[in-house]
Amino acid sequence: MAVTTARKERRRRGLVAATFLLPAFVLFVLFFVAPAGLGLAYSFTDYRGYGTPEFVGVGNYTSLFADSDFYRSLWRTFLYTAVSVPFGYFLTLIISALLVSRETKGAALAQVVFFFPWLISPIVTGVVWRWMFGENFGLINYLLSSLGMGSLKWASDPNLALIVVILAGSWGGTAFSMLLFMAAMRNIPSSYLEAASLDGAGSLTRFVRIVWPLLRPTSFLVILLGTIGAMKEFAMIQSLNGGGPGTSNVLIVQYIYKTGFEQSKIGYASAASMILMVILLVIALIQTRFDRSDLS
Amino acid sequence: MTRSLRWIAPTTVTWVLGVLFLFPVLWFLLSSFKPGGELFTWPLRLFPEDWTVSGYITAWERYDFQQYFLNTAIVAVVTTVLTVFVSACTGFALAKYRSRWVQAFFLCLLATTMLPTEVIMPSTFSVILGLGLYNSLAGIIVPSIITATGIFMFRQFFSTVPDELLEAARIDGAGEFRIFFRLMLPIARPIIAVLAIFSFQWRWNDYIWPLLVLNDPDKYTLQLALRSIVGAENIDWSVLLGASVISLIPMVLLFLVFRRQIMNSDINSGLKD
Repeated sequence: MAVTTARKERRRRGLVAATFLLPAFVLFVLFFVAPAGLGLAYSFTDYRGYGTPEFVGVGNYTSLFADSDFYRSLWRTFLYTAVSVPFGYFLTLIISALLVSRETKGAALAQVVFFFPWLISPIVTGVVWRWMFGENFGLINYLLSSLGMGSLKWASDPNLALIVVILAGSWGGTAFSMLLFMAAMRNIPSSYLEAASLDGAGSLTRFVRIVWPLLRPTSFLVILLGTIGAMKEFAMIQSLNGGGPGTSNVLIVQYIYKTGFEQSKIGYASAASMILMVILLVIALIQTRFDRSDLS
Repeated sequence: MTRSLRWIAPTTVTWVLGVLFLFPVLWFLLSSFKPGGELFTWPLRLFPEDWTVSGYITAWERYDFQQYFLNTAIVAVVTTVLTVFVSACTGFALAKYRSRWVQAFFLCLLATTMLPTEVIMPSTFSVILGLGLYNSLAGIIVPSIITATGIFMFRQFFSTVPDELLEAARIDGAGEFRIFFRLMLPIARPIIAVLAIFSFQWRWNDYIWPLLVLNDPDKYTLQLALRSIVGAENIDWSVLLGASVISLIPMVLLFLVFRRQIMNSDINSGLKD
């Protein structure tokens, strides 16, 4: 008798849990599982957004691997990620350390200043930086030429344009990582630092030897989120330079958007999507492994 | 260096960086009050010679920014309410009903952080079309309800609530739903506040979903409208500056009101379990 009641109770609880999970489950299936499955299916067809998709096997993948535009945007995305993630990481780390330091005056106000870009959308971030770095009208070139250094081609030189994108991205991305770092730094027991002070360690030594190593889990998180964010950068570049000059800074998500929606090669774009998915998965796995091996 | 002078180096570095961070916005804001002719006249001046709000007025009236503002507000508010509710339900179930299936679902949700919409845009578009959500505000709202971050925040919080509390309520004869609505939601108020703020910011500033879903300019959100101004052959900078600043106002107000909650939110616990 008691057994059946317990079983009944468990079953009832299971039903309750299912009810609570139902909305999230339905949405998850509709907007994550279905698009992923459909994307995989499309990637083997020549679907163009209308009519019946025809099966083309791995045709899309073989043409992608021979497509120099695809390689270029993939390479550009890697380059952007490889430069902007470490740059953003160290910038945020330094800013957070300064803000939690008791020696910094006006830290509360400064915190608001560094946080402000979080409020600004990627589109407006792009506009703000486009306005500053305009080739013929921007403030930066005005200042450079006033100093007699001549103006730089921020919009028509691909690498200079990428530098502006990196600066804008780091500027916009600092706030969120800063919250993560500052929370972690405040959680470090002050006894650790006091002990080091008694041993005569200066604040820089204390930071490098004690604080930074203790921040490892947060560093891991910041780098992982930063990498995924950089790999899918899209909106900010749209308004900053549209991937220009020409198509030289079209990153991978914009490439997928262009082929899928502007040229309506849905099958082809889906194949590129699948490759990006695999790349992101590999990055996540590598970084998780990295994190684990550090902990043990 | 003596002890009393220790503050000089960190304070200087902080504020030099701070000025560099603030400057782009300051320059943008001051430029938005310049008349169109003054924007491109060299020598450039930091402060406008004739202060004007003509860019703002043109954006608000000629470019229909009232409509975009309203659309964005509807999307951001409705989505935020739904996001908070669904995340709370899901987080509660994940934390308090342990079974293999529930844990498997948790891992699936974890995977969605690795698989953002941007990555599978073409097929997501087909799904939107198939569900009849194309070109409607609902098409932006419904897909953005679930966020892994929100669910993790609640799961993390509810795991810290002792099971004895639930057991006690059950012994008192409270049903599971009553426990959730009367007991769990009220104590989760700090998490509700933080997620609501974050969700509002995500939705207000979102570009991808509106881009995929909306076609009719009457339904545009602010971000799409800004993108269409900046994508024009000849950018009308005077309007663009004003329009961009207008789009920021609600976020700045939100920040001023909830500064404490935002700055002290321990989002780490939500994102990494």
